[in-house]
Amino acid sequence: MKRLFSIWLLALVCVFAWGITNAERDSVAREFSIDEVTITARTRETAVMPVQTLSGDALQGLSTQSVADALRYFSGVQVKDFGGVGGMKTVDIRSMGTHHLGVFYDGIEIGNAQNGTVDLGKFSLDNIEEIALYNGQKAEIFQSAKDYGSAGTLYIRARRPRFANGETYHLVATMKAGTFGLANPSLLYEQKLTDHLSLSLSAEYLYATGRYHFRYHKLNPDLTVAWDTVGIRQNGDVQAVRAEAGLYGFLPQGKWQVKGYFYDSERGIPQAIVRNVWTCAQRQWDRNAFVQGQIEHSFFDRWDVQLSAKYSNDYMRYLNPDTTRMYIDNQFWQQEVYLSLVNKVQLFSWWDVAVSADYQWNALDATLANFAYPERNTGMLAFATAFHYRWIRLQASVLGTFVEDKAREGAIRSQANHWTPAVFLSAQPLLQEQWFIRLFYKDIFRLPTFNDLYYTDVGNIHLEPEYARQYDAGMEYTKTLNAQRATLNFKLKADAYFNQIKNKIVAVPKGNSQYRWMMMNIGYVEIVGTDVNAGLTMLLPHEVEWGINLSYTYQQARDLTDPTDTLCYGGQISYIPWHSGSVIGHLAWKGWGLNYSFIYVGERYHNSANILANYEQPWYTHDLALSKIWEIRPKSKVSSVKSYVSDLRLHTTVEINNFLNQQYDIVHNYPMPGINGKLILKLEI
Amino acid sequence: MLQFLTHIFHTLPPFKGGQGRVIFPPFKGGLGWVFLILLSCRGPEIILPSEEEQRGDTMHTEVQGFYLLNEGNMGSNKATLDYYDYTTATYKRNIFAEANPDITQGLGDVGNDLRIYGNRLYAVINCSNLIEVMDAPTAKHIGQINIPNCRYLTFADGYGYCTSYAGPVQIGNTQIGYVAKFDTATLRIVDTCHVGFQPDGLEVVGNRLYVANSGGYLAPDYDSTLSVIDLASFKRVATIPVAPNLHRVQADHLGQLWVSSRGDYFDTPSRLFCLSLSSTTNSLDTLNIPVSNFCILGDSLYYISTEFSYETYEDIICYGIVDIRTHQPIQNHLITDGTTLVKPYGIAVHPTPREIYITDAGNYVTPGMLYCFSPQGILQWSVRTGDIPSAICFLWSQEQGTKSQD
Repeated sequence: MKRLFSIWLLALVCVFAWGITNAERDSVAREFSIDEVTITARTRETAVMPVQTLSGDALQGLSTQSVADALRYFSGVQVKDFGGVGGMKTVDIRSMGTHHLGVFYDGIEIGNAQNGTVDLGKFSLDNIEEIALYNGQKAEIFQSAKDYGSAGTLYIRARRPRFANGETYHLVATMKAGTFGLANPSLLYEQKLTDHLSLSLSAEYLYATGRYHFRYHKLNPDLTVAWDTVGIRQNGDVQAVRAEAGLYGFLPQGKWQVKGYFYDSERGIPQAIVRNVWTCAQRQWDRNAFVQGQIEHSFFDRWDVQLSAKYSNDYMRYLNPDTTRMYIDNQFWQQEVYLSLVNKVQLFSWWDVAVSADYQWNALDATLANFAYPERNTGMLAFATAFHYRWIRLQASVLGTFVEDKAREGAIRSQANHWTPAVFLSAQPLLQEQWFIRLFYKDIFRLPTFNDLYYTDVGNIHLEPEYARQYDAGMEYTKTLNAQRATLNFKLKADAYFNQIKNKIVAVPKGNSQYRWMMMNIGYVEIVGTDVNAGLTMLLPHEVEWGINLSYTYQQARDLTDPTDTLCYGGQISYIPWHSGSVIGHLAWKGWGLNYSFIYVGERYHNSANILANYEQPWYTHDLALSKIWEIRPKSKVSSVKSYVSDLRLHTTVEINNFLNQQYDIVHNYPMPGINGKLILKLEI
Repeated sequence: MLQFLTHIFHTLPPFKGGQGRVIFPPFKGGLGWVFLILLSCRGPEIILPSEEEQRGDTMHTEVQGFYLLNEGNMGSNKATLDYYDYTTATYKRNIFAEANPDITQGLGDVGNDLRIYGNRLYAVINCSNLIEVMDAPTAKHIGQINIPNCRYLTFADGYGYCTSYAGPVQIGNTQIGYVAKFDTATLRIVDTCHVGFQPDGLEVVGNRLYVANSGGYLAPDYDSTLSVIDLASFKRVATIPVAPNLHRVQADHLGQLWVSSRGDYFDTPSRLFCLSLSSTTNSLDTLNIPVSNFCILGDSLYYISTEFSYETYEDIICYGIVDIRTHQPIQNHLITDGTTLVKPYGIAVHPTPREIYITDAGNYVTPGMLYCFSPQGILQWSVRTGDIPSAICFLWSQEQGTKSQD
């Protein structure tokens, strides 16, 4: 195993080094034959901020079921995975904690005022076109105040209808089946209603038993077996239905969209595997529904307006029927109303200003005893400006957040009025080269959630917001070389950063029992890190395309909470590896595709006390996917001469994941699946 | 190439530091890559070794040493056992896994109580639903008794009694608790008796078993009674109302029963009660002292208290000694040299030099501390323990016969 891995990594380094040296040689040899680089608006915008995206074929080519799985390939990201299809998956960017990530679905934030965390394992990649992760914020000023409101932001964009000339509809039927008893059919239908209006309907059903074998073993110091045991992961089952409908329209000077979303699920909650207890019975039901709309319009070519609105209604039930533990049956209802207005004016061709105003109302109802029934009114106001003069770009924004909470019982009120700034600077020293240097500084905070503040017995109404301050310096370089019969594209991104998390909200035990906790603002964490991404794609003769993407993250996230605590002070915070990275390689030829991906997470501790008892081994998985697109043309195509008929295409994919069958935990005592596989059939009309 | 790599791998120095971490030898050029790769691999999963530290001075009394049970945070499966040896003045951390390498997943999840009876050591592992039975001098595994959601333990006349929260489910999904009676010779459960809600501490006085019911799952409507079980029939014969959320029970040599309550954490504070037992009437005396843990030695009751205050949002910590004859506090401190503990959790007093041991659970997720104070309250030594150090149990010399001591 170890040897295989070493050889593999060595080989990889060699291949990559060869790629780079060849690229250099090419660039020297063909200095004068390089095509003029066309700078699109998009690439310039993205270069201001560190952004990582996965979209289209690259996204579909990965062996991933959910958005959380895909995020593992990004640098600076740690995904906490409790195992299997149904298990919860949360994302932490640059070690700032899951609460500092804002998640946007089709342009509007998905909120969770109750616990502040969006379970990204729930978002399947079935109808997702692109996921984009920004550190700091999106490098754009035409955006809602909420877009400025997180330390990092994830944008999930669902597929929207696009019709080629003559096309009037699309139909995509997909069936995925695999280990863990996975059955995952889905259907997508897109209809062109008029030239300016189209409809999209999508539905998905997910079923999995979530059962998989795992193995735990320990060796004696002389490497003889102490104990060795295998088990089947229980209670990781999931059953979920998702349905979405969207209307997309174009206006002479703008566009609009309306979307409805419904998700209903029941799942088991897998628990820690501890001595003598390998089964569990906790269950969770979720029902999420929202309706959202957005309209953008441009006036006089220099004044852009965007109006957004959303209503969401979420239900959650948690049941612990296990008679050996405390019986719990809690239900929660959340509602959210959100309105946003954005104005952007172009003062000069090199200077834009924008003002955004958002309003949000949240309410939480629960079946808990002594519950506070909190309501929250949030107002957000953002002023932003962007300069772009020749080779320099500057963006500055300031966000005001005004919060008032009301609790029906006891009339608790907490108010927060905060102004937080962000400044971004980007330069392109050589105008003929796609080389950008960037700097950013951002101050932001996350509010204590309803659970933090009001959860019966645990909540603490005196909590302050948790602050995140980020400093980042980075660069980005892209180069495309065209030879006579081949094209080579190379990109390199690197960022170094320093983050401070102040007033970190931490659960602290109160009194004399480990079953009684309270949320407190006590933590202080400093993070020094670097994210590096490099990619190389080559289009070769005979329709051969190959590419490789590497990402690497180094993070030192030190717990500097209590100088008197000699064991923890300065220790790496829980579950943050010093080193992590991923590799994605792909090879394509005439409809055939081979995708290989590798994820590495280095050694970590599950606690700030970095001692042997808290040590977690590194883990690394290798995934392989082989796909083929079969072009099946319908008979009508042959007969009809004038009218355009879509192709009929069948995609087939076979995935083998974790093919070296590594047995590992991401979270202590939560075993992850070993080797597993999936078969995907996708029919596109 | 493969042979070369294999060679490098086999000539590496032994694993040190973290598991899988190797000492990084100086390297040149390409060789560095090889080492870097090997360094980043998984190492073998080796049983955590025990760790030994010298603390205090050797002492030769009838007490050989003491065991300390670390709870470990729920779900972490990190209950561990430590041992202090008076004859060598060494503190050995995490001895169970080493003594019993073949026990799958070690001691288990959340250690709640520790007792010695006869020449056996019993550890109640709450979330692993079992009592681990070990040989007292060596901590070698003898057997296990499966009791779901088991809490506390006591013994009398060859039988062990253990409280459990996991009794029958009633209307409204409340669940009454029970006491399981097991034969210490066969380690089989021979009888059970239903008591109140979420029973915790229990103690035998004469032919009666007294069980403190907490009702912790019913918050804020806690149970507030002691259940009395007749040992001969193993039937509940009486219920004595005391105070909300009862926790620990211990008898003294005068036949009095000392009971602590946790209170409801808001209006009703934690308190200490003394129940004077007689054949006709029981009299209950309330002491206005908050108590979260205590132990009795001779005429003195040593207590600690860690109580959360909703006024200051901090724990209020107090210590003291109560005279069991007068029911009056003798002193309201145990520590006199200014040593401060974050979260005093467990307490024990050595029978002869009367050294006081107090454990500090700290923040509950990282290792705690054990402090040894002189009878005058001066710090003698301290040592790092496992996570959430709680129960201490003295191991008596075999020549002295076996006694059990909390």
